[in-house]
Amino acid sequence: MSEVILELQDLSTHFFTDYGEIPAVDRVSIKVHKGEVVGIVGESGCGKSVTSLSIMQLIPSPPGKIVGGEIRFKGENLALTTEKRMKKIRGNEISMIFQEPMTSLNPLFTIGNQMIEALRIHQKISKKEAKEQSINMLKRVGIPRAEQVIDEYPHQLSGGMRQRVMIAIAMSCEPEILIADEPTTALDVTIQAQILDLMRILNDEKETAILLITHDLGVVAEICERVVVMYSGQVVEEGTTREILKDPKHPYTQGLIKSLPKLHEKEQKLYSIPGTVPKPKMDRKGCRFASRCERAFDRCFQVDPELFLIEGERKSRCFLYDEKKGDGIDRAASSIRS
Amino acid sequence: MQRPLLEVKSLKKYFPIKSGILGRKVGHVKAVDDVSFTVNKGEILGIVGESGCGKSTTGKSILRLIEPTEGEITFNGQDITKLNTEELRKLRRDMQIIFQDPYASLNPRHTVEKIIGEPLLVHGMTSKVERSSRVKELLEVVGLSSYHASRYPHQFSGGQRQRIGIARALANNPQLIICDEPVSALDVSVQSQILNLMEKLRDEYHLTYLFIAHDLSVVKHISDRVGVMYLGRMVELTTKDKLYEEPKHPYTQALLSAVPDPDPDIKKERIILKGDVPSPENPPTGCAFHTRCPHAMDICKQKRPEFQAVENYHFVACHLYQDGVQ
Repeated sequence: MSEVILELQDLSTHFFTDYGEIPAVDRVSIKVHKGEVVGIVGESGCGKSVTSLSIMQLIPSPPGKIVGGEIRFKGENLALTTEKRMKKIRGNEISMIFQEPMTSLNPLFTIGNQMIEALRIHQKISKKEAKEQSINMLKRVGIPRAEQVIDEYPHQLSGGMRQRVMIAIAMSCEPEILIADEPTTALDVTIQAQILDLMRILNDEKETAILLITHDLGVVAEICERVVVMYSGQVVEEGTTREILKDPKHPYTQGLIKSLPKLHEKEQKLYSIPGTVPKPKMDRKGCRFASRCERAFDRCFQVDPELFLIEGERKSRCFLYDEKKGDGIDRAASSIRS
Repeated sequence: MQRPLLEVKSLKKYFPIKSGILGRKVGHVKAVDDVSFTVNKGEILGIVGESGCGKSTTGKSILRLIEPTEGEITFNGQDITKLNTEELRKLRRDMQIIFQDPYASLNPRHTVEKIIGEPLLVHGMTSKVERSSRVKELLEVVGLSSYHASRYPHQFSGGQRQRIGIARALANNPQLIICDEPVSALDVSVQSQILNLMEKLRDEYHLTYLFIAHDLSVVKHISDRVGVMYLGRMVELTTKDKLYEEPKHPYTQALLSAVPDPDPDIKKERIILKGDVPSPENPPTGCAFHTRCPHAMDICKQKRPEFQAVENYHFVACHLYQDGVQ
């Protein structure tokens, strides 16, 4: 496999609020290889967005703070780097696109203005060259009439077009990694298909790695190679997309997939995970999912499970896999039944 | 055959566009443009479409929360577009609505008891004791506990709030509930809880739902028949199985192919539509879809296709299936 360009090692980001310390991201480790598309999936409040903001050092501080762990980008630990250095990295080597394209573009400046700004900060080129490059970039992301659009304001474009502009800005400096935080959630399905298609093309052509944050398992199946499932601030399962979707190991992932209505199957009644996602809090004992888990046993409520290695890169944070090989599952499961 | 519970005939809702200090009308947004369908007793009719296609406006017009511009809405044999306010108020006992955003649709200053009890009071249950016991009963029905009655909305999670919204809609034993994107604000694991609850309630209380959503998989799961809307018009309407297995309208085909499937083994022919939905302020002539349609013909630009049956219970508005063409 190609080299690792981004590696999170036990990253912990906590928020210090009036109600106490909240471990929004709790010892998260994720690897992204060159040119790879990795998905982070989870429900709202699981810490997936905070993870991505931590990588970019965009956590509002206070109340947020990275309290532990490393963010290794090509060998450099971003958690310790200076703001000056981060400014060089952001938008140049690591870019980010957000969920809501309307709020991430400045309504007071033209599209061209915002694109040229990003280019000129990171590259020594003239305004004219920057404008030419911007027009080319807009054409590449499939914007018709690029020469005119560059002089237009964000409100003159539709949601899908704005997201294309965001991608154009993010890709203009040819970053090594693109972090996409729910890039298609605000868009309609037909537009979502266009944007996913575009991201796939850019990934192929430029070998840009993509870290895609989403709650939609369909989007993951569409574009990701590897998937990390998060729950209540922790990584609970990791594997290739096929492994996760076809053979989920963690009871949470299993429940999540079973509770989706499928387009190509007929199901009578949907499975549903009882209860709701617990809020992360300090000093929690045991597995975060135990109270909603059908297969939980005594140990789950007392001891915090580690991320057990099943085989290769396949990991699951569940005591059912507390033996190096897979046969532990059945034994543990039968011990619950008896 | 039994008479349908709800019959909508050529429903239109045009919103005026005003401009200048005098507020002159300069045009119309045709949010709903000539939509007709029926809902039978006990069935769930799903309506899908992308944002701005007029599906929510259709739902709200049926309750006259938005006054329709034109058209007939017959509920239980009565044309409700002609009712006065008082008659309408009485009728609303039988027609309720569940809204999309459980955060915005519950008054944060009222307790749950007041929120659910209000429709009971409006419809004549004046005894406080009676109301209180009915509220508690309703809370149990939707899977909450009776002690939740004294709490405020902010003390609940999104899924629980949506259950309160459902309890409020159920309060007066309605016949029809219009569900306007009831699960789209919820997480997947909570979404399936609410969908299961809604199905259970349908069976127990013999309810009829008009289920409006943009998520095709959710609509497929819950509906008996499904209608697809595009730019204020109904383009296809048929039973769930027919629509999802053999969609006829090119828009339906594209829409279905665009849904990402979480099963990596399903490889499908993806139809990627070009461009965006045109503005409903100035919709294309003829068939509204012709600007993006891969099968567009000359006639599509000139003549609006009729919404007609091409098979039993399968209605399509497309020139490909009209007589004399093809």
